[in-house]
Amino acid sequence: MITYPFKYKRAKSVADAEALMKAAPDGKLLAGGQTLIAAMKMRLASPSDLVDISGLKELSYIRVANGVVAIGAGATHFEVAASSEVARAIPALAYLASIIGDPAVRHKGTLGGSVANNDPAADYPAAVLGLNATIKTNKRSIASDAFFTGMFSTALGEGEIITEVSFPIPLKASYQKFPNPASRYAMAGVFLARTKDGVRVAVTGAGPCVFRVPAMEAALAKGFTPDAIAGITIPADGLNSDIHGSAEYRAHLVGVMAKRAVAEAA
Amino acid sequence: MAVVSMTVNGKPVSVETEDRTLLVYFLREQLRLTGTHIGCDTSQCGACVVHVDGKAVKSCSMFAVQAEGANVLTIEGLAKDGKLHPVQEAFRDNHGLQCGFCTPGMIMTAVDMIRRKPKLDRNTIRHELEGNICRCTGYHNIVSSIEDAAKRMSGATS
Ligand SMILES: Cc1cc2nc3c(=O)[nH]c(=O)nc-3n(C[C@H](O)[C@H](O)[C@H](O)COP(=O)(O)OP(=O)(O)OC[C@H]3O[C@@H](n4cnc5c(N)ncnc54)[C@H](O)[C@@H]3O)c2cc1C
Ligand code: FES
Ligand code: FES
Repeated sequence: MITYPFKYKRAKSVADAEALMKAAPDGKLLAGGQTLIAAMKMRLASPSDLVDISGLKELSYIRVANGVVAIGAGATHFEVAASSEVARAIPALAYLASIIGDPAVRHKGTLGGSVANNDPAADYPAAVLGLNATIKTNKRSIASDAFFTGMFSTALGEGEIITEVSFPIPLKASYQKFPNPASRYAMAGVFLARTKDGVRVAVTGAGPCVFRVPAMEAALAKGFTPDAIAGITIPADGLNSDIHGSAEYRAHLVGVMAKRAVAEAA
Repeated sequence: MAVVSMTVNGKPVSVETEDRTLLVYFLREQLRLTGTHIGCDTSQCGACVVHVDGKAVKSCSMFAVQAEGANVLTIEGLAKDGKLHPVQEAFRDNHGLQCGFCTPGMIMTAVDMIRRKPKLDRNTIRHELEGNICRCTGYHNIVSSIEDAAKRMSGATS
């Protein structure tokens, strides 16, 4: 597996990455490479230039202060999973990072790469949407509800660089994932967060893009028990259907994962 | 093309390579270190696992240029002075391999796993092996090998 040729550029800073991207005819940012390099090997992607932002100190930090967990886009899944600060503030977030892929993938893959890629079955988008996080870029701040716009698509503009995701600390949260046993991606994953403002339920894996379930959120705001959502069914229309499971199967899984999440966060 | 310099198994190397050369091809074809294997096209099998700056990574999923200045350890670098690494010993003693194709990746993953989690139970070992596929053993003896190696390395006798 050999990729198409490209020019490799290692960025010295976010500002440098911005300039390198501007100068490239068809540049792409390279973070952990755990999605992008695989796509390039399959020749599904053929950027003219790769601008490597992995290992930038400026992007790899975890700060917990003022009710917010702020994580630099370059933090690896391994670093987030291993952070005692994240584990104390939002245990469900550390847990989510700890079950992405496998150890070698977690050593390279980053928060920013996962969120920018918005794979329909990726884990982080569920946490970002469920926790009502804010995505910070080199240009602006974007609310989670406006960020994920469709299958593999986001509100990011051409060459825009995610620098940080900041997660407000909830009262309680839970992530329940039913992994595809071969790929480890979510067949259905539910991230549920309870805050003083209410409940948010975000679903990944089941549809073309991460989505919220307002009916469950409303029911849980009235009574926070698994039974409160027992009667709510997710319509199978528009959900993913493939060799691993039908849309009906995934719709059912969402209900099961949501009830487990409620039980854990009760 | 650019000259890439890194340390591989303790020795400095500087070799000219294309930007698009994956680390695994750099190791196998340019350095002739063929112990690191390629078992898939999808980053899923783990036959290519090496350590870069002390962390297990899939060498099919990074470019050699990204390892500029790094410290790379492959299966060839584990044995010291003709003596196998304790994880290699444990794989031999516990029949942790059959055809041996997955073994370099299994062992590099195991060394990394034991460093991060010196106390390992069988369930943890199985989860930690999620990125390594073996077509032969059914994993049972691989898990036993790693369990045994972790005990030996912590000084306890099994
Ligand atoms: C075997 C395997 C199993 C996996 N299992 C899972 C799983 O269970 N769950 C899961 O969620 N994921 C899984 N992944 C994907 C993994 O989490 C990737 O690390 C992640 O999706 C992409 O992050 P990356 O840092 O590797 O990004 P890259 O591959 O480097 O980049 C991905 C995309 O994001 C862009 N990008 C990267 N950083 C930024 C930034 N800061 N700002 C803007 N754009 C950016 C790139 O240009 C590219 O388009 C798996 C991958 C593999 C190989
Ligand atoms: S060859 Fe690298 S994971 Fe299969
Ligand atoms: S021993 Fe044959 S693939 Fe593992």
